[in-house]
Parts: sequence; C-alpha cells; structure tokens
Amino acid sequence: MIKLENITKVYPMGKRELKVLRGVTLNIVKGELVAIMGPSGSGKSTMLNLLGCLDKPTSGSYVLEGREVSRLGSGELAGIRSCKIGFVFQTFNLLPRLSALANVELGLRYAGGVDRKRAVEALNRVGLSDRINHRPTELSGGEMQRVAIARALVKNPPLILADEPTGNLDSRSGAEIISILKSLHSEQDVTLVMITHDAGIARHCQRIIHIKDGQVEREERV
Amino acid sequence: MKKWLDPLATAWSGIITHKLRSFLTILGIVIGVSAVISLMSIGKGAQADILARIGTLGSNLVTITPGAPSFDGIRGAAGGMRTLTQEDAAAIEEQVQGLDLVAPIYSSSLQVVVGSENMNSQVTGVPPDYQQIQNINLDRGSFFSEYEYQRGAKVAVLGSEVAATLFGEADPISQQMRMGNNIVRVIGVMESKGGGFGSPDNSILVPLTAMQQMVAQPRTSKGERVVSSIALTISEGSDLDTVLADVTALLRTRHRLGPNVDDDFRITSMQEIAETVTAATGTMTLLLGAIAAISLLVGGIGVMNIMLVSVLERTREIGIRKALGAREHDIWIQFLIEAAFLTLAGGLIGVAGGWVVAFFVGNTGIVSTVVSPDIVILSVSVSVGIGLFFGFYPAWNASRLNPIEALRSD
Repeated sequence: MIKLENITKVYPMGKRELKVLRGVTLNIVKGELVAIMGPSGSGKSTMLNLLGCLDKPTSGSYVLEGREVSRLGSGELAGIRSCKIGFVFQTFNLLPRLSALANVELGLRYAGGVDRKRAVEALNRVGLSDRINHRPTELSGGEMQRVAIARALVKNPPLILADEPTGNLDSRSGAEIISILKSLHSEQDVTLVMITHDAGIARHCQRIIHIKDGQVEREERV
Repeated sequence: MKKWLDPLATAWSGIITHKLRSFLTILGIVIGVSAVISLMSIGKGAQADILARIGTLGSNLVTITPGAPSFDGIRGAAGGMRTLTQEDAAAIEEQVQGLDLVAPIYSSSLQVVVGSENMNSQVTGVPPDYQQIQNINLDRGSFFSEYEYQRGAKVAVLGSEVAATLFGEADPISQQMRMGNNIVRVIGVMESKGGGFGSPDNSILVPLTAMQQMVAQPRTSKGERVVSSIALTISEGSDLDTVLADVTALLRTRHRLGPNVDDDFRITSMQEIAETVTAATGTMTLLLGAIAAISLLVGGIGVMNIMLVSVLERTREIGIRKALGAREHDIWIQFLIEAAFLTLAGGLIGVAGGWVVAFFVGNTGIVSTVVSPDIVILSVSVSVGIGLFFGFYPAWNASRLNPIEALRSD
C-alpha cells in the first residue's frame, strides 16, 4: 500500500537548511491500522503531509498503491488526494458557514461530484443523522470531528490519514472518535494512519511507529 | 446534482454566506451601471426632444439668409449685407426644379400697442404660403388669404406669447392694434410650438405686401427689393443636394459673383441642422456615458480589492478544499465565477436603478429619457466582463496557495 524509501525533507532556513526528515524508510500494508508517535518537532506532521500528497519529498521514493508519486506535479497530486486519501485534522477544518451535510458533500465535490445520498449515508455511519442541517458552531467538538470523519470516508478512499484526531477533544469524545475510526477500519478495508501523542490511543492500533529527529526510532507491534 | 452545476453552487454559497461584503463589493458596479444607464437615457432623450422640435418646424425646410460680405478678404458680420431680394425669390421659384414653395420674408422690429399694453416685437412680412412652409397651425382665427395678400390688407397673425402679452385672457380675434403708424386687425393666433429653438411664439406675421406699406423696404442699387431671408420647401422625392446646388448657382449668377468670390448668402437646411444636432448630442451622450464608465471602472477596482481580501480571509477554506483534492483550476474557477456572479448581480441591480432614475428624471418634464436596450445589454455584459477581468488576479492568487500553509492559517 505505502512504501517509503529513504525519504528526506529539507526546508531552506535562510543560509542554513533545516533537515526535517533524514531518510525515512517505511512499509504500510493494505488494511493496516498504524499510529505514528513522536515528540514535537520530530517530523511526524511533515511525514503525514508527504503521505497525504500535500507536499513532495526532497529526495527518496514514495510508492502509493504501486504508483511512484514523489515526483508528480501539483495537479496530479490533487487528483490523488481527491479520490485516494481522506484527511481527519486535529482542528476539524470544517467550513463554518456550511451545514454538516454540505461539509460532507464537499468531500465528494472534487471526487466525481456531489451526491447527497452518499453524504447522508456517511453521516449516518458516524451517528449524526439527526444533526444533518446543523452548522459546525452548533455542534460539540466530538460531533464536529465525526462530521470531519464522514467527510473523509464519504468518497471511500483506500487511505485515511488522521492528524491527532482526539487532540482537541475531552477524553470521552476522544474515545468515541477512536471507536468510530476503529470500526471503520474493521468494517471497510481501509488503511488508517494516525498521529497521536496519547500512548493510550496508540494502543488501539496494530503497530506503533516512533519517530525522533526525522528518523524512525523504533517500531512496535501491539 | 449535475457536475457542471457544482462550481456555480459553490460560488453562489460563497456569495450568500457573506451577504454584507457581497453587497459592498457590488455597490460600485451598481452605482456605475446606474450612472451609465440614466445619463445615456437622458442624452438620448434630449436628442429625441430636439429632433422632434425640428420636425415640427418642417424637416424639408431650407432657409437662405444674406451672407457675410467680404471686401479684399476682410469678412463682415453675417447677415450684415442686403444681398437677397424679392426678385431673387421670384427667380428661384421660376427657374429651380424640385421646390414646392418659395417665400420671401422681410422682418423688422416694431413697436406694437394695444390699449395700455405695448411691446417691441419682431414683425415678419410673409406670403400666405408661409403657413404651409412652417407647418403653422392656428389656435384660433385664420391665416391671411391670397386675396388679403394681393391687396395688402393690414391684418396680423400673432404668436401665442405675443397674444398673451398684449391681450391677456381676452380674445384677440378682430381686435385692433397699433403697429408703428398703422392700425392692424388681428385675424389669427398661432398654436404654441414650444420655446427655444427658432420658436415662432414671439413673432407677429403680416402679409409681406402690407409690411412694405408700413415700413420703408430698402432697395439695392439695381432697384430690387431687399428681403431678410427666403424660405423654401423641397418637394417630396427631390434630392436636397441637387436642389441646393441649383439655388446656389442661380443666386451666384444673379449676384454676379466671380468664380473666386465667396457666396454672399447662406443656405441652411433643417435636415442639415438635424444631422448636426444628432451628431452633437450623440457626442454629448457618449461623453456622459464615458464619465459614467469611469465610475464603473472604479467599481471594478473595488471588486478586485474585496476579492483579494476575500481570498486572504478564506485562505483556510482554500487549504481545506485543496486537501480534499481541489485542483488549481477548481479554486481559480470558483473565485472567478464568484466575481462574475457578483458583478452580474451588480449590473442587473444597476440597470434597475438607472431605469428608476431615468423614469423620475423623465417625469420632471425638464428632459425626456429614453432607455435603449442596447445600452442595457452593453452595460450588463461590461459588468460581467469587469468581474472576470478584475477577478482574474485574486482568483489566480487563491489557486496558487500552498495547501499546507493555507491549512495552518487562521
């Protein structure tokens, strides 16, 4: 599913260079549930951006579903994001003036076209069928994150990337979100990669990858 | 939902979710288009007014007036020479083809007294044909007949203003008035033709024959009777230019003008005046439109300004859309359509506003207004064009945003 080989990412900082990733090599198989852990500044967000085709590596190879994507142009990367990758963010990133339904529809907008029926189904799956016409400001944090998950899964992507999905939530809502993500993973054949600070949450995953100073420090099977 | 509708729906929701800002964005366009529509309609209306007035004076009318005399290249005042004569008029009538009527006219300023009222009025001696030449309609009474003309009857037809000044509310028909040393009987009052351009409302018409008895008509060195002007009407279907060339040639021969001497008379046709007025008011209308178009341009710059702010403010939204897989052209088209939508709405509201202004201006009675469909279509499409033109750069800016940085912004 995902094959990273000797990936580096270097940001120019004035005259010096900031090496965020220094040769990451990683394999994630289809249908796996993986947690990425590491201290702040370790490069885990950069790695998620690369996995999500929002950014390109400075060097190295990234093969996604058998396709080398590390050298693609921004248009092709957008195309991959539109149908292969669903994002769940720490800060939800919903459009505040749109209803929950419209936000979920947005997930289909660039993936073949808006389909109201599928959007409603996705909201049902995350248990929000009674909140369809609410705006994000009228929803709790947990509900907002559930809308965001619905938006990510509505187009049935093979890969879902979650960047600290419970980071802005209280522990109860956080647990709810994790159970939704887990059930999604077990019911559909979706690959789920999640960044987290919370060792307790990482325990729910099949594998934990520890990142430190831009390198894979160690991996552990749960 | 059909796929091609998605960008329209997206742009529409962008507009209605920012109602106040959308309104402020298009305000400049609304004002610009209103200004264009109302000013152009006033220009067109004024033109139509003037042409209609010229039409009532007779569009096939030609007037010959004495020209500026020129001695050794020094030109005197126009009309300052007594070059036209009654004999010229007779010769034109006899020898030039394509004319309906020819009327020699002699006018002079005379003191007119009725009871205690008196005024200085332009008294014009004309033949009876003059009624037809000038399309004169009578409010009451009648015009003088050929018989009255032949015997030099001292009768007068009054302009509406003159009648009101001298007689007030009283009926002037058959009343007598003193004109110089003569007693003249009023036989008719003309319908008002409206003030302004060449209005006959302030004149008094008498038979030319009577005029010659009342004032000493000057004579030229050849003994011909001098007139103030000659009015003619071109017959239906004859060519104006040919007839005028014939008249010019005849007058030049009669006045014995050598080949290098300028005409000592001027020929003015209503048709020419109408063309001149059309050209002049057309230019004025364009000028008004151009000034209004500047406000449209300023409105367009306003659109660009707000669109740039809007892109900045919605950076995060753009980041989200890009993360969801929006390509650069998706974002670009979204903002471009939004700008075009806004300015289209501005244009339509502006047309309505301009129409209302034109309606109220027209209702004041000072000047008519004509809203022509071509101006409406033009200004609406120009506003959409402005949206596309001034929305281009902000939309391009939005499409180029880096998704990671855009997602991180607040």
